[in-house]
Amino acid sequence: MTALSTPVGAETARVRRIEVWPKHDTHDAHGRKATAAAQTTCPGVRRIRAAQVFLISATLDDDQVRRVGEELLADSIAQHAVPGAGATDEGAGPVITIEVHPQPGVMDPVAESTAAALRDMFPELSGDELTVRTGHRYDFHHDGTLTADAARAFAQAHLGNPVIESFYVEPYVPENFAAGQHYELDLRHIPVRELDDAGLQRLSREAHLFLSLEEMRTIRDHFRGLDREPTDIELETLAQTWSEHCVHKTLKSTVTYKPSAEEPSDEAPDDPLRIFRDKPGHEIDDDGPNPSVTIHNLLKSTVAAATFTLRDRSAEEDGKGDWLVSVFDDNAGVVKLDDIHGVAIKVETHNHPSAIEPYGGAATGIGGCIRDIIGTGLAAKPIANTDTFAVAPPTTEYSEIPNSVLPPRRILEQVVAGVRDYGNRMGIPTVNGTVLFHDDYVANPLVFAGCVGLIPLDKCFGEVKPGDRIIALGGRTGRDGIHGATFSSAELTDTHADEFGHAVQIGNAITEKQTLDVILAARDHEDGTLFSAITDCGAGGFSSAIGEMGEKVGADVNLDAAPLKYDGLNYAEVWISEAQERMVLAVPAENLEKLRAICAAEDVELSDLGTFGHHDDQGTPTLRLNFRGTVVGELPMPLLHDGIPMPTRQATWSPTPAGHAPALDGLDLGDTLLKLLAHPNIASKHWVVRQYDHEVQGGSVVKPLVGPLQLGPSDAAVIRPKLDSNVGVALSNGVCPWLSEKIPGGDSYQATLHAIDEAVRNSVCVGADPNRIAILDNFCWPSCDDPQAMGTLVRAAESCYDGALAYGTPFVSGKDSLHNQFTTEDGRLIAIPPTLLVTALGIVPDVRRAQTMDAKRSGNALLIIGTTRAALGGSHLAAVLDQPGGPIPTVDLDAGPRNARSVWALHQADALASAHDCSEGGVLVAAAEMAFSGDIGLDLDLTNLPADGDVNLPARCFAESPSRYLIEVPGAMLDKAVRVLRDAGTPFAQIGTFADHDRFTARTAERGRLFDLQLAVLRDTWRRPLDW
Amino acid sequence: MYYGRYYGLMPPRVLILRTAGTNCDAELAHAFRLAGAEPVTLHLNTLIADPGKLEDFDLIGFPGGFSYGDDIAAGRILANRLKHHLYDALLAAVDRGVPMIGICNGFQVLVKLGLLPDPHGDTPENPGGPSGGGQQVATLADNTSGRFIDRWVDVSVPDETRCVWTRGDDAVLPDHSLPIAHGEGRFIADDAVLDRLENNGQVALRYTEDVNGSARNIAGVCDPTGLVFGLMPHPERFVTATQHPAWTSMGEGFLNETTPGLRYFHNAVAAVRARQNDVATV
Repeated sequence: MTALSTPVGAETARVRRIEVWPKHDTHDAHGRKATAAAQTTCPGVRRIRAAQVFLISATLDDDQVRRVGEELLADSIAQHAVPGAGATDEGAGPVITIEVHPQPGVMDPVAESTAAALRDMFPELSGDELTVRTGHRYDFHHDGTLTADAARAFAQAHLGNPVIESFYVEPYVPENFAAGQHYELDLRHIPVRELDDAGLQRLSREAHLFLSLEEMRTIRDHFRGLDREPTDIELETLAQTWSEHCVHKTLKSTVTYKPSAEEPSDEAPDDPLRIFRDKPGHEIDDDGPNPSVTIHNLLKSTVAAATFTLRDRSAEEDGKGDWLVSVFDDNAGVVKLDDIHGVAIKVETHNHPSAIEPYGGAATGIGGCIRDIIGTGLAAKPIANTDTFAVAPPTTEYSEIPNSVLPPRRILEQVVAGVRDYGNRMGIPTVNGTVLFHDDYVANPLVFAGCVGLIPLDKCFGEVKPGDRIIALGGRTGRDGIHGATFSSAELTDTHADEFGHAVQIGNAITEKQTLDVILAARDHEDGTLFSAITDCGAGGFSSAIGEMGEKVGADVNLDAAPLKYDGLNYAEVWISEAQERMVLAVPAENLEKLRAICAAEDVELSDLGTFGHHDDQGTPTLRLNFRGTVVGELPMPLLHDGIPMPTRQATWSPTPAGHAPALDGLDLGDTLLKLLAHPNIASKHWVVRQYDHEVQGGSVVKPLVGPLQLGPSDAAVIRPKLDSNVGVALSNGVCPWLSEKIPGGDSYQATLHAIDEAVRNSVCVGADPNRIAILDNFCWPSCDDPQAMGTLVRAAESCYDGALAYGTPFVSGKDSLHNQFTTEDGRLIAIPPTLLVTALGIVPDVRRAQTMDAKRSGNALLIIGTTRAALGGSHLAAVLDQPGGPIPTVDLDAGPRNARSVWALHQADALASAHDCSEGGVLVAAAEMAFSGDIGLDLDLTNLPADGDVNLPARCFAESPSRYLIEVPGAMLDKAVRVLRDAGTPFAQIGTFADHDRFTARTAERGRLFDLQLAVLRDTWRRPLDW
Repeated sequence: MYYGRYYGLMPPRVLILRTAGTNCDAELAHAFRLAGAEPVTLHLNTLIADPGKLEDFDLIGFPGGFSYGDDIAAGRILANRLKHHLYDALLAAVDRGVPMIGICNGFQVLVKLGLLPDPHGDTPENPGGPSGGGQQVATLADNTSGRFIDRWVDVSVPDETRCVWTRGDDAVLPDHSLPIAHGEGRFIADDAVLDRLENNGQVALRYTEDVNGSARNIAGVCDPTGLVFGLMPHPERFVTATQHPAWTSMGEGFLNETTPGLRYFHNAVAAVRARQNDVATV
C-alpha cells in the first residue's frame, strides 16, 4: 500500500464517526416525519431532529475525516458535518437521543456506496482496510415527561425494526468493528439412517427443513442405500429443492376430491361433480353411493391444461397458435408482442418476509421477481412492475393486533416504501396494482410483486451445455436470507420473528441494475450472446439456481470461489444463502474473457464457481459440491428433481348456506354511495401510486391515475415497450377474496371466475384485444393441510381451467403461497381468506387507440353493458352496512367473454369516449368515478338498467354482478354502438347522460330523483381515507 | 472531427453519460434522436479512462436515475467522481460552447458538482472563481413532503431566460406541463445566489405552483451562457402525445402536435446547428 499523503502521525485503522445534520429544521424532512408520527403515539415529544451517522473504519487522519464530512457526506448548502458524537442542543430543553443502526451483516447499500466513494477519494485505501456502516440519530426534544424507554419503544415501532436493526439510547461509538472469524473446514454428517419416524420429524423441524415425514423417510432410505450418512449440505439441498416454495408439491400432487355427503341444497348444484367432468387428467368415479374424482397433478390438469388446449385451438382457428412463446417452463411466461419481440411476465408473492420486515420483504420481493424476468430465456429487459398488497384495515384497533405482529398501517407504509425504493432505483415503472383490506390479513399480509420484460423472440430459450462455466454475477454472498425457501413454506407463529430474522433481508437495487446492464450487454454482444443459459438466485440461493440449471447435465461446484461479504461462512451457508442480486449464467469457456471485460467496465463482480456437466460412475447427472478441495456433498440430479414422494391428497368441500339477502328498505342511496366511496377497497390509492415512478423508460400511455385532474382510477395500465413502435401492452388484475369461503355461501370456484372476469374487463376497457390476453395465477391460501382447505384450492384450480377456456385467456405462469395462517400466543388461529390474484397482460395493437375511464364531454351518453342481478353476497354494500349479503353473484361463462368482445368491437369502431369496469361498489361507484375523474356532470336514470328478474333498487345501484362495463359514447357514434351491441346479442342500455354541470344525479321513472351530489364531495370522500 | 458536421450534413453527436444506477438514458437518447441528433451512450468509466472522448461530442446529456443509488444524497457520489476525474474536460466543453442538459438526477449532479449555475465559480463575491472551479452554491434537498412524488406539473419559462433549451429562436416556450418524479427536488440557495440567477436570466423554468418547496418555484436553471441547463421535470418523458396524462381527452389533433418536451431538444439541436453554420461561414 502506498503511503498516505499526510504520513506524520498517521492514524491506524479505527472507527471514525461523522454525523450529518440539516442546517435548518425546514430541511429536516426525516425529523419532521418522525415528529408527525410521534404526535399521536409518543406523548411528551415536542420535536424530533434527525441526523445521518457514518461510522468509518479506516486509516484516516483528522484532516481527512474533516474532508470526508465536508466534501462527501454533507451537502454544503443544506447540511453540516459533525465529527464524533455531536452534543445535544440542551438549550432547547430536555433531549433524549435514540440511535438506529443496522445489525452486523444486514445489507447497507449506503455504506457500500460510501466505501466506494471513499476509495475514489483516497485511492491509497485498500478495500480490506475500509469498512463503513451507517445509522440514524434521532434527538427527541421533549417536555420533561418522556423516558428513554418510551423513546426507544417508539423508535422500535416507527423508526426501525428490531428484527434487523439495533437501538441505542445514546450515540453509538464503537471502538472497532468485529471482523468475521475465518472458517475452518469442518465437514458435518447428520445421522439419519437409524432414525425412526419421531426422530425424522424432530430433525425436520429442528434443522428448519420443513419436510414431511414421507419425504424424510425417502431421504433416509436413499442414504441407507448408499451406506453412509448425509452431510449437512446434502440435507439442506434436498430441503430447499423439495420445499413447497420451489417445487409446488401441493398444486402438483394427485388429489382425490369427494363432495360432502350432504343432500344437495339450494346452494349446491344437483351434480356435485359438474365442474370436474370432461377435463383432462380427471378420473370420475360415480358408480357407488360416494362419488369422487381423482385429479392427477392438479396444476397440470387444470391451469396448464387450459393453456395447452387453447394453444391447440388457436392453432386450428386462426393459425396464430405460436402467440404463446414459452409457458410454464421458464422463470416467466412469454407471449409475442410483435414479429421481433416477446413480452415476459411473472408475478410472485413475498408474504412471510414482508410480515416480519415489510420494507425489506417487499423490496426483495420485487427484486426477486425482476430477477426472474432477467433470468428468462437468454434474459429479458424489465419494462414494468405491478404490485398488489393485502393488509388489515388501517383502522384496526391495537388490541386486535396479535403479539409480534406489526400494525397494518406500518406494514402498508413499509411495503410501499420497499417497492418504491427498489423499483424506482432499478428504473422500472410500477404501473399497476391494488391494495386489498380484510381483517384476516392482520398477521399474514400478502405482497404480490410482478414484473414484465421485453425479450427478442430469438432469445427466448437457453440451454446449459456440458463444459459451460458456472458463473455468478452481482452481489456477494453473506449469511442473509438463509432458510428463506423453507421459511416461506411454513406457517407463521408469534416466535417466527425471532427464529427467522435471518431469513429477512434488505436489497440493493443498484447492484441489481448494474448486473442487469452487464447481462443485457452480454446478451446483445457483437459476437453473439455470451452465455448459453441464465437463471436467478432466488429462494434456495445457489442451491436451487445451479441445481435447476444442472438438472440434465450435472454440475461440479467449488463453493470457496464465491466472493463473500465477510469471513466465517461455512460451505453450507454459501450454498443456501439467499443473498440478493445474484444471477447464475452458463458461459462457454471461450466467452469468459469477453464477459469479464463487460463486468470490469460496469464495476460488477464475476465469480467462476465451476463446471456444468458432471456424472457419477453410472452416468447419472450429479451435483458435486467441493470446498477447499474436499467433496462436501454429492447428490444425483434425479433424486433432487424427481425423487420427492408425491402422496395423494384428500379434498372435500361442502357449500355453506348463504343465508338471506340483506334488508334494504329505506336505504339512503346517496349516503350509501358516499360510504362505499370511502371504503378502503374502493377509495383512491393515490398515496401509493404517486410514490412510484410509473413513467420511467418513457413508455407510459395509460397511467394509473388518469384524466384532466390526474386522479381517475385507471382500470389498467398501458405501456409502449418499444419507443419507436405503437404496439402496447395492457396490465391489469382481478382479485375477489370477499367471495371466498370466508363468508356463508362463499365459493373459491366463483371467486376465481370473478377474478378472471375482472382482470379481463380491466384490460379490455383500456383497449386490449381480448383475443390476445394472457393471464397469471397467484394462489395465496391459508393452508392446505386438511381436506376442507384442500377442497377450496381444488375448486379454485378447476375454476382456472373453466375461466381460461371460456375467455380464451391462457395462463402463462403462476405461483403459490399456501401457508398463510397465524397462531397467536394464546393459540388462536387467524387464516387469510383464500386469495387468488389474476394478473392479465393484453396486447394493445395501436396505443393511439387506447382509452381511459374519465368522462370526456357533456352530452355524451353513458351505457351499461351486461346484466345486473340481485345477489349481494360478498358485496361491499353488505360490508358497509355490516349485514350478511346472501348468495354470492355467479359468473355466466357465455355472457362474460361475449361482453368483453363487444367492448373490444366498440373500441375498434372508435365508438368509445371512455370505458370503465363496473366492479366493487357496483354501478353507482363506477359511474361516479367516471364523472368526478373527468370533472363532468352526470345525470343517471336507472329505469332501463338491464336486470335479470326482480332486482330491487339498492341492488341495481350497488350489486357487484360480474361482466359489466360502463361506456361513454359520443352522440354521433350512438347508432353505430347500438348496432354493434345488438349484433353481438349483448344486453345493454343507456343509463345516463353526461352534463354540463358539477353534480352527479340519479333518478328512476318510478321513484323520481334519488339523489343529487356535488362531484367535489364525491371526489373528496373517495380521496380522503388513504390520503396519508 | 469530420467536415460534414460543419456544414450541417451530419447529425450533431450527443454524449449520454451513464453510470451505476442511471436509468433514464434510453428515453433521453430517444428524445435526442427524435430531434435529429445522434446519441452515443457511454459509461463514466470509459470517459474517466479517456477524458479526450468528450471532444467528440456536440451535446452532452446527464440522464435521470439513481446514480450510485443516490446513497448519501441524490447525485452526490457521481458529482464527486466527476469532480475528481472529469471536471477540467467538462469545463473545456462548456467553454467550447457545448450545450448540456441535466435532467432530474442529472440536474442534482450538475448542481452538486458546481457546473451549475456557475461552471467557473465566477461570481461577484468571488471574482475569477475558486481554483479548479466546481463550487456548489445551490442544492436539491428533500421535497418538503419528505417523499418521492411522480405527477405532472405546470411549468412556465421566464421571458428573460438565457437558456437555449427553453427559449427557441424567437420566443420562450409557452406554459406547458411536464412530469416530475423525484424525492429530492427542492431547489435551495442563499438569497444572494437566487437574486443573481434571476437578474442574470439564469432561471430557465419555474413551477406555476409549489410542488416540492423549491425556492421561488425554480424548476430549472442554466449557466451564464445559457447552454448548460438543469431541471427536475422530465422533458424526455413528453416527446410523444400519448405520454400526457390526459391525452385521451385532448382530441385527435393533439396526437400530431410537437410536444413541448420535444421542443427542448429541437432548440438545443438548432443552437448547435446555428453555431456550426457560424463556424462554416467564417
